[in-house]
Amino acid sequence: MTGSKPLLIIAFLFIILCAAIIAATGMGFLKITPVEVIEIMLSRIFGLESGEINPTFPFVVMEVRLPRILTSALVGGGLAVAGAVFQAILLNPLADPYTLGISSGAAFGASLAIILTIFGIVIPAWFSIPVFAFLGAMATLIGVFSLASTDNRLSSNTLILSGVIIAAILSAGIGFIKYLADEQVSIIIFWLMGSFVGRTWTDVITTTAVVLPGLLFILYFARDLNIMALGERTADTLGVETSKVKKMLLVCASLITAICVSVSGIIGFVGLIIPHLLRMILGPDNKVLLPACFLGGATLLLGADTITRAWLPSEIPIGVLTSLIGGPFFCYIFRKKQMALSS
Amino acid sequence: MTKELQTKSLFQLTSLSFSYRKNKVLDDVSLQLQSGKFYGLIGANGSGKSTLLELLMGTLSPVSGSIYYRNRIIGDYPRKELATKLALVPQHFSMDFEYRVRDVVFMGRHPHIPRFSSPSNHDREVVENAIETMDINHLQDRPVIALSGGELQRVVMARALAQETEVLILDEATSNLDIQHTIGIMRVMRERVNKKGLTVIAAIHDLNQAAAFCDDCIVLRDGHIFANAPVQEIFTSDLLQTVFGVDASIQQGAVEGHPQIHFSYQAGMAP
Repeated sequence: MTGSKPLLIIAFLFIILCAAIIAATGMGFLKITPVEVIEIMLSRIFGLESGEINPTFPFVVMEVRLPRILTSALVGGGLAVAGAVFQAILLNPLADPYTLGISSGAAFGASLAIILTIFGIVIPAWFSIPVFAFLGAMATLIGVFSLASTDNRLSSNTLILSGVIIAAILSAGIGFIKYLADEQVSIIIFWLMGSFVGRTWTDVITTTAVVLPGLLFILYFARDLNIMALGERTADTLGVETSKVKKMLLVCASLITAICVSVSGIIGFVGLIIPHLLRMILGPDNKVLLPACFLGGATLLLGADTITRAWLPSEIPIGVLTSLIGGPFFCYIFRKKQMALSS
Repeated sequence: MTKELQTKSLFQLTSLSFSYRKNKVLDDVSLQLQSGKFYGLIGANGSGKSTLLELLMGTLSPVSGSIYYRNRIIGDYPRKELATKLALVPQHFSMDFEYRVRDVVFMGRHPHIPRFSSPSNHDREVVENAIETMDINHLQDRPVIALSGGELQRVVMARALAQETEVLILDEATSNLDIQHTIGIMRVMRERVNKKGLTVIAAIHDLNQAAAFCDDCIVLRDGHIFANAPVQEIFTSDLLQTVFGVDASIQQGAVEGHPQIHFSYQAGMAP
């Protein structure tokens, strides 16, 4: 449980993430070597002159590719950590950031913003969609919590059920908005499928501002989360303020999910698969699992985004790609685990 | 508001009542529990035993009345402090994640290890000891979800022992165990009460077990305390008939000064 092995794993995952960021930055229509990428980054950070590098490269790296790559990494890490937290709190290995209906809330908010624009109510589009999505996610969170909290304790089943009910209502709402949008429905559909196209440093900064403090806050309670796996009552008797920790972490993980969805749209399976996979390899100890999920999720989504950006002949929505690859892959490991248990 | 209550008793319960919604589970329970004794809590299903134990643990709050633990209202203790004094072995236990047995026992040390600290040698020793005592050495590296009910109960018991508390509250902690482990564990409890001054409060279904190991028995019936006395006095044919609805004869002082109960299993035949 203790020792240097977990630290080594975290360090290893961190190095992989850094390498992936550098490699991905070099990939695309313009090929840039890793050495040049590092040179450009260093020259920007330390204000040095970058020697004989093609003068368009720094712009491509710093203004086009890096913001998108960092946003996708932050969103991937955020969704994976949020997934791990929801699974630990709801004591349900199948929970994910969307179980509580948060994604539906964000999707509803975004659809609302788009339909308002279509109807001629002028809001600057790049401002309105993420903000509306975020507000939608937060409103859903409040709705689910108030529906679930009939007593002082939030029971896992009540929470999941409330999430499912509210998500169903919101889906109907989204359907209605799509119907109203008529011929321009494709804008909504495209947003819902998720994309990192055209992300800017503003997106990187707002996402970082929520995801990183959120991650630190969650890590502070990692040990309490382990104890909570014993069940709420037992965790109480071991000195954990279970209902308080539960509420704080649910809000924190939901905030992370909300910001991720608002900058990227709906990206499924990252929050489910990464915690699952890493739990199978590293065990359930949240002190190791949570940071590993952040790094692993970041690497995975960054990789998936690079595939659609640089490899595929034309970009397909990232949410579709993660579900298309993630779904069957999940079926595979799930099946393999079932077989292993029964033999 | 809170009047000082200076008594020597460990727990002091005064006209305690509790209800789940409109369903009254405990009604006007007053009780004093002394330190260094082995208490048995007996009563039919649904008589309020588990609820009383949860109230003692402070995981439920009374609707009316009060519970003092060492002259302080139990709800006023910080959770973490209480966790170093009281440990609970719950009736039901399940886990959805693949923690290993050793990790689960280690979780008993949680209230003793400050945040971000590593376990000390003492922590390790206590865990080692608890694993030894509960005879789960061979299970150490197994995931808890792969254990049988009885094995799991021993793991949970070891976790409670690792908590190193002065009070141990058991909610039918031996209900899934085979007879060898049941007797083994009850003996360990008895020994710790005698030698280390541990206080055990145990809800027990097997009346002979209660009679053999406890000092005092508290009998609950429909949320009231029906009787509360040393085991040598408490078991009578009348009590067993009224509280449990069974015919039985009692042989006083049969086992090392403790009574033994002989139940009548066939209808209409007095034992």
